[in-house]
Formats: sequence, C-alpha cells, structure tokens
Amino acid sequence: MPQTGRIPTGGERLVQCLEREGVECVFGLQGGAVMPIFDALYDSKIRLIQVRHEQGATHMADGYARATGRPGVVLVTSGPGATNTVTGLLTALMDSVPIIVITGQTVSPMLGKDAFQEADVTGITYAVVKHSYLLKHVNDIPRVLKEAFYLATSGRPGPILIDVPKDISSAKCTAPFVDEVDLPGYHPAARLDAAALDRAAAALARSQRPVLYAGHGAVIANASRPLLKLAEKLQAPVVTTLLGKGAMPEDHPLHLGMFGMHGTAYANRAVADCDLIMSVGGRWDDRITGKLSEFCKDAIKIHIDIDPAEFNKIVRPDISLLGDARLALEDLLPLVRPCNSADWLKQCAAWRKQFPLRYAKKGGLRAQHVLDRLDKLGGRDCILTTDVGQHQMWAAQFCLTTKPHHWLSSGGAGTMGFGMPAAIGAQFGCPDKKVWAIVGDGGFQMTMAELATAAVHKLPIKVLIINNGFLGMIRQWQDLFYDQRFTAAALEGNPDFVKLAAAYGIKGWHIRRAGDVDRVLKAAMAYNDGPCLVDAEVVHQENVFPMIPAGASLREMLVERPRHKLEKPAGST
Amino acid sequence: MSPTAFERTTEQPPSLATPAEPAAQPVHTISILVRNKPGVLVRVALVFARRGYNIESLVVSADVADGEFSRMTITCSGDPETLEQIIKQVTKLVDVVHAIDHTGQAVIETEIALLKLKCSLSQRTEILQIAEHYRAKVVDYGSESLILRIYGASEKLDNVVALLRPFGIVELVRSGKILMARALETT
Repeated sequence: MPQTGRIPTGGERLVQCLEREGVECVFGLQGGAVMPIFDALYDSKIRLIQVRHEQGATHMADGYARATGRPGVVLVTSGPGATNTVTGLLTALMDSVPIIVITGQTVSPMLGKDAFQEADVTGITYAVVKHSYLLKHVNDIPRVLKEAFYLATSGRPGPILIDVPKDISSAKCTAPFVDEVDLPGYHPAARLDAAALDRAAAALARSQRPVLYAGHGAVIANASRPLLKLAEKLQAPVVTTLLGKGAMPEDHPLHLGMFGMHGTAYANRAVADCDLIMSVGGRWDDRITGKLSEFCKDAIKIHIDIDPAEFNKIVRPDISLLGDARLALEDLLPLVRPCNSADWLKQCAAWRKQFPLRYAKKGGLRAQHVLDRLDKLGGRDCILTTDVGQHQMWAAQFCLTTKPHHWLSSGGAGTMGFGMPAAIGAQFGCPDKKVWAIVGDGGFQMTMAELATAAVHKLPIKVLIINNGFLGMIRQWQDLFYDQRFTAAALEGNPDFVKLAAAYGIKGWHIRRAGDVDRVLKAAMAYNDGPCLVDAEVVHQENVFPMIPAGASLREMLVERPRHKLEKPAGST
Repeated sequence: MSPTAFERTTEQPPSLATPAEPAAQPVHTISILVRNKPGVLVRVALVFARRGYNIESLVVSADVADGEFSRMTITCSGDPETLEQIIKQVTKLVDVVHAIDHTGQAVIETEIALLKLKCSLSQRTEILQIAEHYRAKVVDYGSESLILRIYGASEKLDNVVALLRPFGIVELVRSGKILMARALETT
C-alpha cells in the first residue's frame, strides 16, 4: 500500500479499488501496456494468478464467478492480449456471468494511430459485453471501477470491460474512492408485480399437469430453496436446462432431469404433455424448445426473469413475472396450493421407467460408463466443469448435480476449451471443494496450456479427458445426417495426454478398459498433491441419445439410433 | 444496417421514388434518451444491425440538460416483433435512459431538406411555383442552379422531391425526422 500522503498512480488506485471490492485474486497475463497495473499488484494482498493465454484467464474468472457467485477479475495487456479475451467475454455474456476484464491500452495520444499492440478493444468487444469503458481521465478510475462491479453483479449479471491507456494507469490519481453509483439508464431492481403473482398462482391452481423449468437464472439468483419448496408444495415435477442443473437436487423424486436436445426422454415427454410450464430464470433457448411452433403449444406459459427483454423474445408467456427468481418464488409460495397432479406424477414416473438413460455395457469403454461411475464414486459432491460436445451431454445426463453452483458449463456460447481453466478458477474460489474438469480431447487441447497454471499453484483439480480421438458431436452429426462422411472430425495427432501431464509434473492415469474405471477414478479422487489427469480412452462410435434433431419438436425425440436415414436438421446446429 | 443506410442519394432511393405507395414494412419512429457518452451511438446502432433492421434516418442532438444527455430520433422499418426486441435491447443498454416507439402516437414531427437543382432560366418559373406552394425557400440563387430549403412532415418532403425530380435534382440532403410527443407526454 502506498504511504499516506503519497499520491497513487492510476494503476495503484485501480488495484486499491479492486481491494475495496473484496477481490481475492486476479487472473492475468503481463504485457507492455498493462505493466503499471501489474506493478501495483506487487504490493497488494490480491493474489495474482499468472496464466499462459488470456482466453484461459477469462474462463478462470468465469469459473471462479460461477462457483462462488462473486465476480471474477481478468487483467491483460493491449492488442492481442485484449482480443484473446473475446471468446471468454462471449462465454460470460451468453451465460450471464459477472466477470471484469481490465485491458491495458496504448497511451491516449496514440489511440487510433496504429500504435504497437494497439487495438480498438472497446470497438471489438461492444457486442460481447454488458457494458464497457475506455478510460479518458485518471480520476475516473474510482467511479468506473465502482460502476463496473455494480453492473457486473446486479440485475442480469454479465461481463464488463475496462480499457486503460498506459498514460492513465501511470498518471497520478487524486480522485477519492466512490461508494455510490449514478447510472440514470440502469434500473436492475424491479419490484414484483403483485397482480401477476396472483395470476400465476391462479394458473398453477388450475393446472393438473404442471412442469417447473429451472434455468441458469434460478442458480444465479440462489433460488434453490424456494424452488424445492414450491415443487414440493405444488407437487409439480421439475426439469432443468443444462445450466439450470443444481437449481434443484437432481436426485429428488420430483426432478426429471435435464430436458431439451439431449435431455432425458421423460423430462421431454413431461414438457411436451404438460398443461402449464413455468420458467424460473430460463430463456427458452433453441436447445430446449426445438421446433418453436410445436413447443408446449397448448400449455399455459409463465416466465420469471430479471431481464424484461427475455419476455416475448422466443416465447410469448401468458404471465410474465419481472424480477429476481428467488424473490419471485418466495412471494409465490404462500399464494399457491397443491395441484391436482397425482395422475400426472404417476405418468411421469412411468415414463422414467419406460425410457431410462442407458448405455451398452459391452464392446469397449464407454464415456457414459466412466461418467456414471464418477457420479457414483463421489462426483455428486464435487464441482464439475465441462467443455462442449458429447462428453458434456453425457456428463449432464449421468453426473447428477445436487447443489447449485456445482455444475459449470458453457451453455449459450458452447465454448470448447472452457472446462479446464474454469475448473482452475473454481478451485481458487472454493479451495475446500473437489473440482473435476470433464473435457473432450478436442476442447482440452484448446486451452491445455493452463496445465502449467494448475501445476504452479499445486491446484488439486482433476482433469478427466473423455478421449475418443474425435470431435465427437461433429462425428455424431456426420454419422446421422451427413452419410458418414467424416470430414475434419478425427483428431489425428493427439498427444499421449498422460505423458503430456508428466511433462508438467502432473500425475496422470490412462483408463483403457471398463475394469480400470473405478480404480483410477478412486485414485484420482483421493489424489491431493496438485493437479491430476485421467485419460479415458473411450470408443469413438458412440452417439448421444436421447436426441431431438435441431429444429424438430420434442415429440420427435430419438431415444436410440433410428433405422432409417435422417433428414438434415432444420435447426441451426 | 447496410453501409448506405444513412445515405439518401439522388439515385432512386426506394422510399422517395414512390411516395404515394405504402411501404412494405411499417415505418417506426423511435425516440431514445441517452447519456452523452462515447460509444453510445455505436451500441445503439449495433442492436439494430445485429437483427438486420435498417435505420432509415437518425438524428442525434443535445437534450435540454446541458451536455449530460442526448436525444436520438431513429426512423426504421421492419417487422413489429423484431422491433419490440430491439427497443427492449436498446433500453437495456446502460447508457440508454429510455427508448419510446412513437408510432401511432400523437406527435409533432418535422424534417428539413436542402435540394440543389441544376436548372436553366426557362425552367425556373415552374420550380418556383412548386417551391412557393410548399413554402420552400430559395436559399441560393445561382445562374445555373438553385438551392431550396424546405421543412415539414417527411411525407411532404417526399412529395416535393418527387415533383422536382424531373427538373434535375443534383443533390439532396435531409436532416432525418425529429419529433416530440404532444402536451406533457414524454418523448
């Protein structure tokens, strides 16, 4: 800390602001234009986590934020350092995650003059931030930092970018700290509409086949407790989106699991046949609605969301409740009474029995088997992160999430390479938890440089590679829809991941046979001397089912590989 | 928005060529009160651009509070569902105080245009008759050219342009529509 009386530099003031916001750690990578801020961290109690690539830093901050509910902070340099954060910003924006990305910038007089490592970073990132700043005056630092943390974490959370020219981080800052924000265009706290709450309660009272659908908003708002109470009081089954996993204990009898494209068959049947569906912080994503004109055509739709722009975006709700998901459910609880849903629950239970999740036990090592065993061997109590693709869907299906903030996955953006750095961030935020990164061999190689970051800090994350030597979901689509023309799906040239881990001094195991699964997973679970890695070499021919082809209706769900050739899906991807 | 979205050229702009025909998509006028911050115009424009909505005219000017806020008046056309999303997404921007679609509302609206005509002396009588009828003012009287200034409703300007087009308009600059809600309604 600077001595009393000494005027701090902009960089020092910025770091002091971070300290005042309670920031524990910053994920960063040095560079010329950001050196004054890194220099200020030298004297700070904030822990600096040096990464190997800026994208990794953003996913670490993201994983930290998802696991703890507190904003994650990234510090990178100008130009390529800053542009490397774009993927992480998109990932955070799509999934409403509060991260703050501070980028160095060339000196103010050189802005727009193609200076070395200059990029129009605010311009490049407009579309992937909740809000952003290009600092013009050193004395704006306290106000901008205060606003940034407030904006990132309030309302619908999201990423904030602050671009700091080097002359500003070097100049003397005389501005005092700021405790209040003045943002006349920003009104995140909506009061719940009592009339709409009454109408929602009345609609629930009339429903005989209700479904509660929890999205990421339910997790972000910490709405788990009132959601569970509401489901039990109503006797209504609950389904979640991929990111809603953990909003309600997945082993609860009223929980039907994830619905949507690769959701459980029973969850999708329930959604297809319900007479009322209530979204709690979900946004009716195309992964879950399938063909929109067929989606819950005759069901009453209630939509709870903190973002008014979500109403009527995809679905026109019969009743919209603007506000915080937890507060909305708490207000709704005393207004509702049990639904007449005994027959409906019986029907849902019958579907669960009729269409269980299953996989072949013979014919080589299956990803589902590995993930099923991880769940049974304690995975349920761990924080799980994933990449994107087949392994992600299998993990969502077989690894049950019983607590909020324990399932961290890139949903909206579908960012490969998210899993391992997100696990690092989550582990920094939750040192007492076991953290598993479940990744594919494709995604893992996009950010595996961060193995060094995990190794340096002896971070006990566990990396489970579901290694089928392919971009598995691409292979699956080519198999089902592209006449098995497997273009650019095989990952030729994959390294031996266990040897790779060893090169970083990281413990590793192979799993090649079903018989090895329990032994290795137990060993990895017990390993606490830094990071470890499990390379599960699974068969590559396996496809993820159930599956609703993109753009098809929920009723067109495939529970197994169809005999006939499939048309190319109408939906996007 | 297409690169030429802000431009109105003298070469047959569709909305000017056929002023009498109704537009294929309804035209909306949106008034946006924004904080006077760098980048706010880009943020607003991106909301439109991302959804393929064409901005037909855009006026940005100071608000009554000195320097802190600005006004944007945007006319655009497209389907109403997309516009509903756009207005909500614009409203969500941190620097936007409010965005109001005034379509169908009682408003005072006006626009100003400057027209440059290349015309011989023999054509002037007729041009000046049209100008007088529409209360256009001759602001530049050259030996081979005239510049007319005209203001009023955008439709009126469309009509004048259509009437004068045969005389050879060489340049046309329009301010874009500005409007204000009547009485004490908020713009």
